[in-house]
Amino acid sequence: MIITVQKPLPEILDSLKDYDNVFIVGCAACATKCQTGGEEAVKKISEELKKAGKKVSGSAVLDTPCDIRVAKRDLKNVSAGVFLILGCGAGVQSVEKVTSAPLVPALDPVFTGTVERIGIYHEYCALCGSCMLAGTGGICPITRCAKSLINGPCGGAVNGKCEADPDSDCAWALILEKTKGKGILKDYMPPRSFIKPKNIGRHKKTTL
Amino acid sequence: MNIFRDKIINGGFSVTAELFPPKGNDASALLKKADFLKPFVDAINVTDNQRASMRLGSMAVSRLIKEMGVEPIMQMTCRDRNRIALQSDLLSASALGIENVLILSGDHPLNGEYKDAKPVYDLDTVQLLTAAGMLIKGTDLAGKNLSGTPSFCLGAVVNPTANPVELQIMMLEKKINAGAVFFQTQPIFDVSQYEDFLGKVRPVTGAQKVRILPGVALLKSAKFVKFLLGLPGVNIPQATVDRIERAPDQLAEGIKICAETISRLRGIADGVHIMAIGMEEHIPEILRQAGIKSK
Ligand code: SF4
Repeated sequence: MIITVQKPLPEILDSLKDYDNVFIVGCAACATKCQTGGEEAVKKISEELKKAGKKVSGSAVLDTPCDIRVAKRDLKNVSAGVFLILGCGAGVQSVEKVTSAPLVPALDPVFTGTVERIGIYHEYCALCGSCMLAGTGGICPITRCAKSLINGPCGGAVNGKCEADPDSDCAWALILEKTKGKGILKDYMPPRSFIKPKNIGRHKKTTL
Repeated sequence: MNIFRDKIINGGFSVTAELFPPKGNDASALLKKADFLKPFVDAINVTDNQRASMRLGSMAVSRLIKEMGVEPIMQMTCRDRNRIALQSDLLSASALGIENVLILSGDHPLNGEYKDAKPVYDLDTVQLLTAAGMLIKGTDLAGKNLSGTPSFCLGAVVNPTANPVELQIMMLEKKINAGAVFFQTQPIFDVSQYEDFLGKVRPVTGAQKVRILPGVALLKSAKFVKFLLGLPGVNIPQATVDRIERAPDQLAEGIKICAETISRLRGIADGVHIMAIGMEEHIPEILRQAGIKSK
């Protein structure tokens, strides 16, 4: 899921300074799981805004604000001076499709994460467009190696820990452990492509 | 005549040193050192924004020492440039007469002075060696023909003390297959540990003409030893630590230890890469004590 953190309140207030009648949009999916955009988070920020002298005209927690159809369905009759969105950038930009009112994001999306428990997330997928987990024992070198090395490790690992972050395991030490004896590591991996597919099935990447 | 390359191809005990470009455009102190070292070493490595700090460029400094008749080994990391810039810089280096290139991934920006910088690593070391190999054969990574082909003596690094050793051996093999003909290593403090490592890599290097130059560092003081021991992954035998600590003249003892290490390596290694870390003026004395004559 998309891991988000809330922006500092002063930054949010600064972005809202020219507007009033704030309508708060929450997210019942990822941001609820992260406790950054569910009912409670919406309530909390609503109170903080009021305390700071802002008028809050309403709020709604959308099932999936990143779905334009959902945003359209739930927000088409809402008139607001500004939308404050407690969701990821995909959520903000689907709301953008259905309103001409100004938008302010309340969250910073940080990565696609694997959830261990609330508050403990691992960045295990870069949405790179070309999954290589079949050849690496299910451990992603793009996200879990600090240098995203796909042919093997650098010389910096110390006792299985990464040179860039001694608190993290070296991804390549993990990959070796997982794939031991299978020989798949020996293949030359050519440079990655940074072009993502534009048309995914019937869906276009950018237009709707 | 590139004496370094000649020894890599035909054999002979190679001696290399390394110099760090300054922060600023005044290279005069470095050039003085290079000139002083000229009779004693086959080539000098010029580091590429070492420790992920911003420095005068490796290519420019390599060219400057080359003009003085010192053979440069231009270090090139994958950290700061994408595949377009890396290949272009290889061509540029060749156009400036630089032949020896050491390819390494490069310390991560988090370990340097620009922690917020984008870690590029668009190509990894194996891919960059492959790209350099293609340039030598007359095309670039995209398969386009070149006008004029560069000639490189390509090197890479291997870390004999890194764990797990299987991965270092796998990388060594991949780098050899991608065209590396020489290797330099992190500093060795324990010659028998290095012998063990050589035994493990022989199945990979045996049939191939590759030379490995182990790094040797000058332990200039007990304080420096303490500092090194505080770094992750550095392993200095207790007997060596004791010798430096007890010596009345720690620098002289450090020189002696370094020379002894080199003498022992002479029987088993293809050469040495001396890391004097700011004390390069002592390299001639180290070599004299190790019984290695100047050129
Ligand atoms: S230590 Fe391991 S995880 Fe860290 S950058 Fe090097 S190869 Fe990648």
